[in-house]
Amino acid sequence: MENKLILSTSPHLHNGDTVERNMYNVILALIPALIASFLFFGVGSLVVTLASVVSCVFFEWSITKYLLKRDRSTISDGSAVLTGLLLAFNLPSNLPLYIIVIGSLVAIGVGKMTFGGLGNNPFNPALVGRVFLLVSFPAKMTTWPVTGQLTAYADAVTGATPLALIKQGAIDQLPPLGQMFLGNTGGCIGEVSVLALLIGFAWLLHKKVITWHIPVSIMVTVFVLAGVMWLINPETYANPLYHLCSGGVMLGAIFMATDYVTSPMTGKGQIIYGICIGLLVMVIRLFGSYPEGMSFAILIMNSVVPLLDNWCKPKRFGEVGK
Amino acid sequence: MLKTFRIGGVHPEDNKLTRSCRTGTAGLPKQAVFPLSQHIGAPAVPCVKRGDSVKVGTLIAAAGGFVSANIHSSVSGKVSKIDSVLDASGYRKPAIFVDVEGDEWEETIDRSDTVVKGCNLSPEEIISKVKDAGVVGMGGACFPTHVKLSPPKDANIECLIVNGVECEPFLTADHRLMLEHPDEILVGVSIIMKALGLERGCVGIEANKMDAVELLREKAREYNGIEIVPLRMKYPQGGEKQLIDAVMGRQVPAPPAIPANVGAIVQNVGTVFAIYEAVQKNMPLIQRNVTVTGKSVKNPCNLLVRTGTPISQLIEAAGGMPEDTGKLISGGPMMGRPLLSADVPVVKGTSGVLMIPRQEAVRAEERPCIRCAKCVSACPMGLEPYLMATLGEQGDWERAEKEDIMICIECGCCQSSCPSRRPLLDWVRLTKTTVGGIIRSRNAKK
Repeated sequence: MENKLILSTSPHLHNGDTVERNMYNVILALIPALIASFLFFGVGSLVVTLASVVSCVFFEWSITKYLLKRDRSTISDGSAVLTGLLLAFNLPSNLPLYIIVIGSLVAIGVGKMTFGGLGNNPFNPALVGRVFLLVSFPAKMTTWPVTGQLTAYADAVTGATPLALIKQGAIDQLPPLGQMFLGNTGGCIGEVSVLALLIGFAWLLHKKVITWHIPVSIMVTVFVLAGVMWLINPETYANPLYHLCSGGVMLGAIFMATDYVTSPMTGKGQIIYGICIGLLVMVIRLFGSYPEGMSFAILIMNSVVPLLDNWCKPKRFGEVGK
Repeated sequence: MLKTFRIGGVHPEDNKLTRSCRTGTAGLPKQAVFPLSQHIGAPAVPCVKRGDSVKVGTLIAAAGGFVSANIHSSVSGKVSKIDSVLDASGYRKPAIFVDVEGDEWEETIDRSDTVVKGCNLSPEEIISKVKDAGVVGMGGACFPTHVKLSPPKDANIECLIVNGVECEPFLTADHRLMLEHPDEILVGVSIIMKALGLERGCVGIEANKMDAVELLREKAREYNGIEIVPLRMKYPQGGEKQLIDAVMGRQVPAPPAIPANVGAIVQNVGTVFAIYEAVQKNMPLIQRNVTVTGKSVKNPCNLLVRTGTPISQLIEAAGGMPEDTGKLISGGPMMGRPLLSADVPVVKGTSGVLMIPRQEAVRAEERPCIRCAKCVSACPMGLEPYLMATLGEQGDWERAEKEDIMICIECGCCQSSCPSRRPLLDWVRLTKTTVGGIIRSRNAKK
C-alpha cells in the first residue's frame, strides 16, 4: 500500500470549481430571460434559441473531431451551448433557420475554433456571429416582431423598437418605462426584459461567477452620458433610463462583456474596459448611423484587452498604503 | 468587523475534526531518528558517536553556524549509527539514530507542570537559553529563533505578533496548545517582549477558535501589554506578511525587507511555548504537538510527540492508515509536503500528519485557461498567477522577474481555486527557482 501513495506538490485541496460549473451557472442565469422572451415573443423565440444552440454544439463537435482531429470532445463543457444561447438572444425571433445556422458557423467556426477553442479566442464568439449576420443580412436582422404573437414565427408582424424611435427622435412615442423594464417591447429575443436579466445578474454575483466591475461600470457610464445629453436637450435626447432599458445594454453588460476569455483580468482593467464600452455604445447610439452599438462596442474593446492586461496590474503586496 | 489582511485570500473548508480532542501522547518509539537539518541554515554537526549513551535532553548535534540550531535527543538510549534517512523533502539526509532504552532525563530539566511565571534573566541570557535549547520557528519554516530574536540594531520594532492563526484546514495542534497551556504561552510572550525590549504584544487568532480567544483574553489581564486579536477567517492569514497586515495594517515590502522594517516580529504560538519551556524549565525542543487527521481516519487526534518518532507510529495511534488513503502529507493540505513513506521521522517543524482519500488526492485533468481571473483575485500577494504559469511554460524568466514572481509565498490559493485545474503553483515554483538562481548568479558576479 505504501508504494501506492500519490506524490504531487501542494496545494492538496481544491475548492471544487470547474469550467462546467461556471458555464452552466451562466446558462442558468439566462433562463429567466429565456422565459421572458417566450412570454413576449412566443414560439418564435424557442425555435430560434433551439436552432442556434443545436447548430453551435454541432459545429463545435464536428470541427473538433474532423478538422482539429482531437480525441477529446469539448461540447460537454457548456461553452458551445452558452455561445448558442447568447447568439440566439441577440437575434430577432422571426429569423429564418438558414441564417441562424450561418451565424452559428461563423460564431463557433470563425470566432472560436480557428483560435484553438475555449480560452484562446480574442473576440466574443457569439458577437462575431451576430455582427457577421448584421452586416450580411441587414434587413432581416433589423426588423423585429412586436410582442404578443405567441404562435407566430417567420410570419410575425414586425414593428419599430424603442431604439429606432430614440434614433428618429420620436421620444414621445416611446412605450412606458415600466413596460420596457419588464420587456414588453420589440427587440432581440434575450435583450428585452431588464428584470429577467437583472435576476440573472444577481445569480451570477451570488455564485461568484463574475464580479460587479464590468456590468456596473458599463451601466453607470451609459446612464451618466445619456443623462448629460438629456439634461442638455430633453426633447431630442431620451431619458437615461430609456437608454439603459432599451437595446442590448443590459444583456451586453451582464452576459456578453463579462465573457471570461475576452475580458480583462484585473478589477482596474475591468472598470476601464466597462467605461470604454459605455462610451462607445453611447457614441454609436447618439452620433452613429446604427441605432444600437453594444455589439460593436464590446468587440472593439475585446481587441484592447491584452493591452489592458499589460497596463492594469494588481497592486502587489507591499505597495499598498504602508 | 473582525480584522483580516487586505489582498486576496480564499476560504477552504476548515475541517478541524480534532478541535475538541485533548492532546494525548504517542508513546516512545523503539528507535528515534534525528535528521541534522531540521531548520533553515547550516545543518547541525553531530557531537556524539556510535555507541554513546544519551539521555532525554542530551545535546547530540551542535549548531553548524549562526543560522543553524542545536539538536537534542528526545529519548534515552544508545546511538546506533549516523546514517542517512528519508525525510519529508523526499531526499535522504544525514541523521543520528538512537535505540531507545528506558526514559531517563537530564537532571537540569524541570518536568513538573507548575507554571513558572517570574523571569529575572537579561535579554542576552534569554536569547542564549533559546539558542542552547535549539528552538526554531514551529509554524513550518523552522527558522532558528535566536536569529529572529537578534534583529538588526537599527531596526525599530514596536510590536511582537504571536501567530495563533492556524489557517491550514484540518490542523488543530496550535489551537489545543492555546487551550491547554494558556499561562505558559502568555509567560512566553512576556519573555520574548522582555528579550526584545517591547511594550506591546498581540496574539492573532482566527475566529474559528473563539474559545481560545476568550480564554487567553481572560488570562491576559494579569500581563502587561498583551492584546488578543481575533481575526476573520481567511487563508493564508498565518503567513507572516498577511498576519502583520491583518494585525497592524502594515505591509512588509518585497525582499530583502523583513518584518522588522515595518516594526513587527512574528512568532508562532508553538515557538512561544518552546521558548517558555527553554527559558523557564530548561527544556530543549524535543517534543511538539502534532495533529494526526484525515476524513477517513478512525481516531483523528492531537498528540504530544517526541521528535524523531516515525510518523507511522502516530498513524497507529490514530487507528492506522485508512484503506482509501491516496496521499500522506506532513503538514496541512494547503502547504504540506507529500510523503513517500510513513517511516519519515517527526521533526521540529512537523505540525500535522494528514491522510487524504484517494479520490480527493488525484488531480483532475488540466484544461486550457479560460481567463476567469479567479487566481488573480485569490492571490494574497497581488500577483497574476495565470501569467506566471504561462511565463514559466514559455521560459520567459526575465519577464517573470519583472512581474515580481519572487514575492510569491507559495500558499497555493491560485491553484486551489482554478476551475481549469491548471498546476499553477507547480509552474510558479519552477519559475521562481530558476529566476532565483539567475538573480543569485548575477549578484555573485557583481
